[in-house]
Amino acid sequence: MEGYSNKLMEYFLHPRNVGEIENPSGKGRVGNVVCGDIMELYIKVENNIITDAKFKTLGCGAAIATSSIVTEMVKGKTLDEALKVSNKAVVEALGGLPQHKLHCSVLAEQALKAAIEDYQSKQAGGARS
Amino acid sequence: MEDTKKIYLDYAATTPTDPEVIAAMQPYFFDSFGNPSSIHSFGQDAKKGIEDARQKLASFLGAKPAEIVFTSGGTESDNMSLIAVAHENAQKGNHIITTRIEHHAVLEPARLLQKQGMKVTYVKTSKEGLVDPSDIKKAITAKTILISVMHANNEIGTIQPIAEIGRIAREKGIYFHSDAVQTIGHIPVKTDELNVDLLSLSAHKFYGPKGVGALYIRKGTRIGNYLYGGDQENGRRASTHNTAGIVGLGKAIELCEKQMDAEAKLQIQLRDTLIREIPERVQEVVLNGHPTQRLPNNVNFSIRYIEGESLLLNLDMLGIAASTGSACTSTSLEPSHVLLAIGLPHEIAHGSLRLTLGRWSKKSDVEQFLHYLPEVVEKLRAMSPLYHKK
Ligand code: FES
Repeated sequence: MEGYSNKLMEYFLHPRNVGEIENPSGKGRVGNVVCGDIMELYIKVENNIITDAKFKTLGCGAAIATSSIVTEMVKGKTLDEALKVSNKAVVEALGGLPQHKLHCSVLAEQALKAAIEDYQSKQAGGARS
Repeated sequence: MEDTKKIYLDYAATTPTDPEVIAAMQPYFFDSFGNPSSIHSFGQDAKKGIEDARQKLASFLGAKPAEIVFTSGGTESDNMSLIAVAHENAQKGNHIITTRIEHHAVLEPARLLQKQGMKVTYVKTSKEGLVDPSDIKKAITAKTILISVMHANNEIGTIQPIAEIGRIAREKGIYFHSDAVQTIGHIPVKTDELNVDLLSLSAHKFYGPKGVGALYIRKGTRIGNYLYGGDQENGRRASTHNTAGIVGLGKAIELCEKQMDAEAKLQIQLRDTLIREIPERVQEVVLNGHPTQRLPNNVNFSIRYIEGESLLLNLDMLGIAASTGSACTSTSLEPSHVLLAIGLPHEIAHGSLRLTLGRWSKKSDVEQFLHYLPEVVEKLRAMSPLYHKK
């Protein structure tokens, strides 16, 4: 498609880390209010490090590619490091995105943050009980 | 998969120019290049080509040659019908009736006219996309000057009861325009049988070249001029004629007149195979449009739990060209207005897939498509957070 880089097409056609993690440490589900797409991101956390990440996405080529690459980018990172992964970094990693597809990469960043927050709130809840 | 031959299932977007049409156009670039408005032999040669084409189109439509105005395509013909009729008849009234599923080439000028003070009623359709003529009748006021309803919808293929709507318009003395861009050259279109006063068409939708079309204007219809600065087309549409394009349009319509019935028969077979087989092979799909009252070449399904752009990209990688009404493919991030107007929820419109057949479609194209579709859908559904295998 016009404006999609080869790298993006590669991640779109052969997405890495598709699926769900059973009993994930954290799960984030976000929706795109603009065009109605949905992204789910699962993480497994051990000793403050993301050891596994998987995704499920209903959306365009850019949405699928960004969610896939973001799962790769955060694996092995500490939570603090992962929180710093911005949509800009995701776009760069994919070799750019067409202007009208930037919002899909924002979705990927939000899904990641939501998954980390979910984990952190579970931790906080767990500590209290 | 590299050796898979390419399969074109997007004829409603545009058609290839028939080689016979190209051959007919060829002389008008160099040999008969004259300006048809010139009185010398160069000009008269070109003029003859244009008048022959006008004659052929008129014969297809059952109209008179003088009732044809050549334009740059369907968009211009639609724009002209709304704007030039509304302006010319402003004394008579300020109300237009159209439908929610028209092409943007009708809807956008309607919105422009609204800004200029016109009132516009957008009539709803059934969930199959059919306009009820009695809804049109109810919308008519003493101020109505124009009714515009497309002959067949470009996305879902539903064919409208144009003749009946035309009869209602005629009884009330209201002009009736129909955008016939999708039907011309594919099914019979006779202006007298359809009771239309104006009718838009575009050559590249029936194996002619791009950039040329026509507007049929019934004799006596009050319509203003649209382009200014020359007396071409009786002053209605100034600008040096696109001679080769017009000749191509003429040749294309001549071929259609001969071949259309046989082609439609074959396309209906292929269409019905797709309509029957897709739900057999992929679960949870919905047919959009009318089951029988539809274009011979149109198939439109919504495939649940997936999104159209990612579906098209995957098909494209397999060499298959199709189309979708998904929000993700439009820069406005709005799903197709047609799919929303027939009442599809956003998430169903999201997974729409349009397949349109044409002159060179073969049984094997359809078979190949049916072979690949399930695996593509499966792959996308495996990624979909909404899909849970039944
Ligand atoms: S997910 Fe809809 S445009 Fe990317």
